[in-house]
Amino acid sequence: MYENKTTGYLYIAPFLLGLATFTLFPFLSSFLLSFSDYQLQDPVAQANFTGLTNYREMAADATFHNSLWVTFLYVFVTVPLKLAFALFIAFVLNFKLRGIGFFRTAYYVPSILGGSVAIAVLWRYVFAGDGLINQVSIWLGGEPLNWLGEPGYALFTIVLLRLWQFGSAMVVFLAGLQNIPTDLYEAATIDGASKWRIFFTITLPLLTPVIFFNFIMQIVQAFQEFNGPYIITGGGPLKSTYLLPLMIYEEAFKYFNVGYASALSWALFVIIAIFTVIAFTSAKYWVFYGSERGDKK
Amino acid sequence: MARGEVQLRGITKSFGAVDVIKGVDLNIAPGELVVFVGPSGCGKSTLLRLISGLEMPTGGSLHIGGRDVTLTHPAKRGIAMVFQSYALYPHMSVAENMGFGLKIAGVPKAEIQAKVAAAAEILQLTHLLDRKPRALSGGQRQRVAIGRCIVRQPEVFLFDEPLSNLDAALRGQMRVEIARLHAKLDATMVYVTHDQVEAMTLASKIVVLNAGKIEQIGAPIELYRNPANLFVAGFIGSPSMNFMKGKVVATDEAHVAVRLAAGTLRLPRRNAATAPGSSVTVGIRPEHFSIGEPDSDDIAFFEGEVELVERLGGETLAHLRVPALAEEGLTIVKLTGDAPLRIGSRLRIGVRLSHAHLFDADGRAVGTPSAKIAVAA
Ligand SMILES: Nc1ncnc2c1ncn2[C@@H]1O[C@H](COP(=O)(O)OP(=O)(O)OP(=O)(O)O)[C@@H](O)[C@H]1O
Ligand SMILES: [Mg+2]
Repeated sequence: MYENKTTGYLYIAPFLLGLATFTLFPFLSSFLLSFSDYQLQDPVAQANFTGLTNYREMAADATFHNSLWVTFLYVFVTVPLKLAFALFIAFVLNFKLRGIGFFRTAYYVPSILGGSVAIAVLWRYVFAGDGLINQVSIWLGGEPLNWLGEPGYALFTIVLLRLWQFGSAMVVFLAGLQNIPTDLYEAATIDGASKWRIFFTITLPLLTPVIFFNFIMQIVQAFQEFNGPYIITGGGPLKSTYLLPLMIYEEAFKYFNVGYASALSWALFVIIAIFTVIAFTSAKYWVFYGSERGDKK
Repeated sequence: MARGEVQLRGITKSFGAVDVIKGVDLNIAPGELVVFVGPSGCGKSTLLRLISGLEMPTGGSLHIGGRDVTLTHPAKRGIAMVFQSYALYPHMSVAENMGFGLKIAGVPKAEIQAKVAAAAEILQLTHLLDRKPRALSGGQRQRVAIGRCIVRQPEVFLFDEPLSNLDAALRGQMRVEIARLHAKLDATMVYVTHDQVEAMTLASKIVVLNAGKIEQIGAPIELYRNPANLFVAGFIGSPSMNFMKGKVVATDEAHVAVRLAAGTLRLPRRNAATAPGSSVTVGIRPEHFSIGEPDSDDIAFFEGEVELVERLGGETLAHLRVPALAEEGLTIVKLTGDAPLRIGSRLRIGVRLSHAHLFDADGRAVGTPSAKIAVAA
C-alpha cells in the first residue's frame, strides 16, 4: 500500500535536515563544548577537554551572577505583567460588541511586528533622550527621563517591549474564554454573583489550563529574550539589562569563549527546565482540567 | 397577590429588527406547573428567560409574587432556573454547586450546609455531595441542577427542557420525580419542553406558543379535547390530528353535513354557526378511527388502502389512503397492537363522528366536539 515510501521521506527531508543541522547538532555539540576550552578566533581551533572548569568559573563569575539576577528580575516582572495584561485585553475583546473583530485583529498586530529587529530599533528611538516618549512627556509638562541611561528604567523599557507583544497570549486567552459556556455565567448571575465575583470564581478557575499553557510558553520565551537588550540597550547601562542570552552571545561571538558560552547555555537550559518542572508539578494544585461539557455525549 | 404568582402583561421582545415575542399576557397562579410548548424557534426559551431576567423585555411588564420585577436583577426576582445543559460549575463539588447562591448571599456556613443537606436528602444526592459534576451521570447532574434551585427556596422554578439530554428511560423516571417534587414543594414551576408526554403529564396548565404568540392556554386534557384552532389541534396529540378539507353542504338542527374529497360526513352540530357553502376543515385524531366496530349512529365507514404499517407493540399506526376523505395525502389511524393489517390490503375503517373537530376557513374551531364523556371515560 505504501510502496512509495521514498517520496514520503523526501517530503519531510527538509524539516528533518533542518532539525538535525540547526537544533540537534548545536544541542549536542554545545553540551560537549561546555566541557572544553574551545576558542573561536583560532582558525585551527582545538578543543581541549577541561572537565568542569567552565562550570567552576561560572560559579565565581560576578558578571554571570549579575546576569542571572537581571534575567530573573526580567522574567518575573515580565511574565505576570504580560499574562495579566493579555488576559485583561482578551476579557475586554470577548464582549460581543459591534466591530469587535476589527479590534481583535488590531490588538494582535504588535505581536506580529513585536518580535522583529525593526521594532526593537524603533523602541530605541522612541525611548531615546530626545525620543517620542520624552517629547510627549515634556509637552504634557513632565520631566524628560533618561530611559535608556538609568539602570532602573532601562530594564523597564525592554520589559515594556515584551509586554507590547501580548497578542499571542491574548489570542489563546480569548479562545479559552470563548470555551466557557455562557450558561455558567447565567447560572452564576441568577445565583447573585457580581461581575467581579463571576470573574474570580468562574472564569479564572475554568481558565487555569490556558493560564498554565501561557505561563509555560511565556516563561520559556522570557528566559530567552535577546533582541530587546541586544538592540535597545546593548546590555547596559552598568549591565543592568545584561540578560543571560545576551551574555551567552557576547561570550561566544565577541570574546570567542565558545566553551564558556556553551556552559552558560546549558546553565540557562537547566534553569528553564527546572522552572518548567516546578510549573508542571504545581499544576495539579491549581489547574482545573475537564469541563462538564467535555464528557457529555 | 400571593407568593409564587406570576403575571405577564403585554410582554414583547425583539432582537434587533426581529420580533421574537409578540405580546404575551399570562397569569400563573401560585403552585401551578405551567408548561410552554410550541415548535422550535417559537420563543419558548426566550419567554422563560424573560421571566428569569436573563433577557429584558422590549415592552410590557412582569410581576412575581405581587412585585413588579420587570427591571429587577435575576438574583432578586425570587426565581431559580434549571438549564438544558444543567450549567453546573465544573470546578465545584456538588455541595459547592448547590450552596453557591447562598454563599454569595452571605449566608453562614452552617446554615448553607444544613440547607444543602436537606435538598440533597430530597433528591437522594447525599452520597454524591463531594463529587465533581463530571463524575456524575446525566440524571444525577440533572438532580444537582434541581437541587441548586431548591436550596435557594425560590418563588418560581424555571426549567428549560431539563430532560432533553437524558435517554428515554431516565427521562421517564425524572419526569415522575419532577412531578413528585412539585407536589412536595408546592412551588410555582414554569417548564419548557418539546416532549408531548412531559407536557401532558406534568402540566396543570399548558401554554401553546407559536411564532411568539400564545395560541391557547388550558389544562392538558382541555387542549386535547377542545383545541381552539388548527395549530393547537395539530400540535397537541401524537401522532397529529388528521385534517381534511371540505365544504359545508347542509345544516339542520342537530347536524352539519360536510362534503370531503369523495364522501360526506354528517357531524353532530354543537352550536356550530356554519352556513352551507363555507369552507371548513375536519379534524379527526388517529385514535378516533376504529376497525371492526358494529354500525351505529356515531360511526361512519370508509374504504381505505393500507400503505404503511408502524407496529409499536401496544398499538399500531396505519397510514391509509382513503379517497373518500382526502384526495391526496395519507390518513393516519391508530389501532390495537394486534390489528390484522397488510400493506396493500383494503380496510373498512370507522370514524367516530362525535369526536370529529370542525374548523372554519380561518382555522378557528367551530363548536366543540360532543364527546367529552367518551374521552373522560
Ligand atoms: N440573543 C438572540 N439574538 C437574536 N435572536 C435570538 C436570540 N435568542 C433567540 N433568538 C431568536 O428568537 C427565536 C426564538 O428563540 P427561542 O430560543 O426562544 O426558541 P425556542 O422556542 O426555545 O426554540 P427551541 O425549541 O428550538 O429551543 C429564534 O428565532 C431565535 O433565533
Ligand atoms: Mg429553547
